[in-house]
Amino acid sequence: MNQEPGFEFWMPPAAVGFAGELDSLMVLLHVVMLAMFVIWGAYFGYSLYAYRSRPGGRAVYHVAGEKASFIPDALVLAFEVWLILGYGIPLWAKLKQETPPPTESLQIRLVAQQFAWNFQYPGADGKFGRREVSLVSAGNSIGLDESDPASKDDILSINNLHVPVGRTFTLLMTSKDVIHDFQVNAFRNKQDILPGMMTTLWFDPTVVGKYEIGCAQLCGLGHTQMVGNVFVDEPADYEAWLKGQLEMRIGTADARRDLEEARS
Amino acid sequence: MSDHGHGQAHGEPTSFLWKYVFSVDHKVIGIQYLITSFLFLLVGFSMMLLMRYQLAWPQPGADFDPENLGALRGFIAWLFGETNMPYGYMDPAFYNQLGAMHGTIMIFLGVVPLGVAAFGNFILPLQIGADDMAFPRLNMASYWVYLVGGIIMMSSFLAPGGAAQSGWTSYAPLSVVAPTGQTIWLIAMIVIITSSLLGSINFIVTTLNMRAKGMTLGRMPIFCWVQLVTAVLLLLAFPVLEAGAVLQLLDRVAGSSFYIPKDMMYGDTVFPRSGGGSPLLWQHLFWFLAHPEVYVLLLPAMGIVTEIIVTNTRKPVFGYKELVGSFLLIGALSFVVWAHHMFVSGMRTSIANLFVTTTMTISVPSVAILTCLILSLRGAQIRFNTPMLFALAFLPMFGIGGLTGLPLGFAPTDLYLHDTYYVIGHFHYVVAPGSLAALLGGTYYWFPKMFGRKMNEPLGKVHFWGTLVGLNLVFFPMFFQGMWGMNRRLADPTLHLHNMPVQGWSTVILGGAILIAVSQIPFVWNFFWSIWRGEKAGDNPWQSTTLEWACPSPPPHGNFATPPVVYRGPYEYSVPGRKADYWPQTDAT
Repeated sequence: MNQEPGFEFWMPPAAVGFAGELDSLMVLLHVVMLAMFVIWGAYFGYSLYAYRSRPGGRAVYHVAGEKASFIPDALVLAFEVWLILGYGIPLWAKLKQETPPPTESLQIRLVAQQFAWNFQYPGADGKFGRREVSLVSAGNSIGLDESDPASKDDILSINNLHVPVGRTFTLLMTSKDVIHDFQVNAFRNKQDILPGMMTTLWFDPTVVGKYEIGCAQLCGLGHTQMVGNVFVDEPADYEAWLKGQLEMRIGTADARRDLEEARS
Repeated sequence: MSDHGHGQAHGEPTSFLWKYVFSVDHKVIGIQYLITSFLFLLVGFSMMLLMRYQLAWPQPGADFDPENLGALRGFIAWLFGETNMPYGYMDPAFYNQLGAMHGTIMIFLGVVPLGVAAFGNFILPLQIGADDMAFPRLNMASYWVYLVGGIIMMSSFLAPGGAAQSGWTSYAPLSVVAPTGQTIWLIAMIVIITSSLLGSINFIVTTLNMRAKGMTLGRMPIFCWVQLVTAVLLLLAFPVLEAGAVLQLLDRVAGSSFYIPKDMMYGDTVFPRSGGGSPLLWQHLFWFLAHPEVYVLLLPAMGIVTEIIVTNTRKPVFGYKELVGSFLLIGALSFVVWAHHMFVSGMRTSIANLFVTTTMTISVPSVAILTCLILSLRGAQIRFNTPMLFALAFLPMFGIGGLTGLPLGFAPTDLYLHDTYYVIGHFHYVVAPGSLAALLGGTYYWFPKMFGRKMNEPLGKVHFWGTLVGLNLVFFPMFFQGMWGMNRRLADPTLHLHNMPVQGWSTVILGGAILIAVSQIPFVWNFFWSIWRGEKAGDNPWQSTTLEWACPSPPPHGNFATPPVVYRGPYEYSVPGRKADYWPQTDAT
């Protein structure tokens, strides 16, 4: 723990472009909720005082206003209809129903497992190397098929995701084992990651920095320590990182081939 | 109407065993449920107290000395053993077990049996003027099946690998690969669900067939209406989870793969199943029960609150028909909102808009109920006794719980808040300071009918204020933690550094939890002391109008000396031209 426990009470600053609308919506909802609670609570408090029992007092048998009592219901309904039509459907469509086309968005594959995040970059050819369950081993956590030409220039990174600032990226996510969930507070969107199917998430990072990835879906004993990092880099830093990773991977592959040749 | 007659179908037993243990009398069964569910609530709460202790100080500090842990931490380490609490710090496996079991116990063994089975059993037949439930033996079976289910559930802690540890939601496939405790959880759930189904059939038949002469549906107290709606919810929703649980059990013990997709791995090996199943199937089956279940937790509480408020305002309830209509509407709508728990689950995204709409719609009858209850205060003569304090506190507490449901049921804002402590704060406000407060109020309110004596008022007020303040100290800071993005179900949130700025609240929450624990001491003392020493209550201590107050306290076997006849609606208080400010339903003139 290199940080003292604190007492924050609202969201941390956002680091993605689409957060503006969501954050103002969050403020709006809480202002409305607070206003409803205060108005309602004030009337409640007043009633408790004004209608307290008095010696010899007698309650009123009939109180008019059955029809008027539907006004709060109607107001709430009207607000909610406005909310759904004005914000709910369009925002949901933008964030969840539409994924940016691969031409406009950096594609990164995420294979989650107990208890790590495996990121796979397609490399210069823009194609992800094939994965094969039978190839999974301690040294090949996603089961990448090295014989597939598309996998030659792929980059693998465990627990560390690097993306360039100012460019949209899409995570194509699946899980090896149980359900996980990719969550970064500053990114304001999350999504479950399931075995046997693919889910997607896209972000448009706007602020350079390091952000922690948390798993938001209970995934077993190590759930609490399933931490990763997103590094939103300046484009030049990002390119340098990519290059370094590629060299390292080729170096490792060469070394492994040399070793195998020496053995045979 | 009742053609059951009041010549008892079963005579009054004389031996202790048949009178108090294997009783078929709805009142004895109700009290058995009351005490058993309070015990389970205590167990579930104790688990949470230990978890909150862990969450307040999840890691050893700089001054940590393994040789000298201090009295409290040393005791905890000794009590729970090295496996579960090494050096007094909680092992994640034990944390996951306590988390899953806390939820399961509180919901299925605590609040539902208390609200539905305890109060429903004791009060419902009295309020409709029946001499017992329609099927007394089925009623007894329901209790014993529930107790067996509860014991099986608790025994899972003794299984190798410990109790169920995949959350109370038991999401597959994690639950399918979990240790043996999960199998026991599933078997126990199937037993408990069976008990609920036996009870719900009994409640429906009793309400529809056993009402006294003159007790039309439109003259039934609100409490009877909510019990009827709740029983229908249980009857229609629980079989779906029971089926889902059987499928999960088959996945675990018979090698099937209803919830296992193809090529799923476990560690570095392929999980040996054919695959072809779907993890999402479990979530749909689970939430198809578990959302109506929320209303099963809530509706009886709302019914109790209505009864207490009406009695203690000395005036008719505002909008009887609006209330009944709202309860029926909530019951119906509760079956079409389940997938709002699944906005980020991976289900087809376009379906979310439908569930946002139904979820927003269900808030309207809830608002209507709150409006009616608060307008019931207009022109009243409010008596602030202990049951009334609990009932009044329910209104703003449920208000907070309901309002914070808005950003969660609204899909775009749920993306950020989903699975954070905001969710935990939200549903606990509905269930703990909401439902549970109402159920405590109901205990004070009907205690005189159950035992013939009143509970002590000053002790009751200490209990009330301590509990109310404690609950708010526990649950309100969770909104702050969730707003910052702290996730639920983390044995040590500080392993994620981004949680540190809200970690301070966890010590406040622990303080609140301790206050709640201490505040229950006067309640437990008051409860047992009052059974034997409390002030004698008489038949109708609150000057109430409904039928349960027209029979002796406690009611004898068979309840009413002569079959009651009902002449008017349930809430005729302060009727102009009458001297007394209440006009019981059974008074001919």
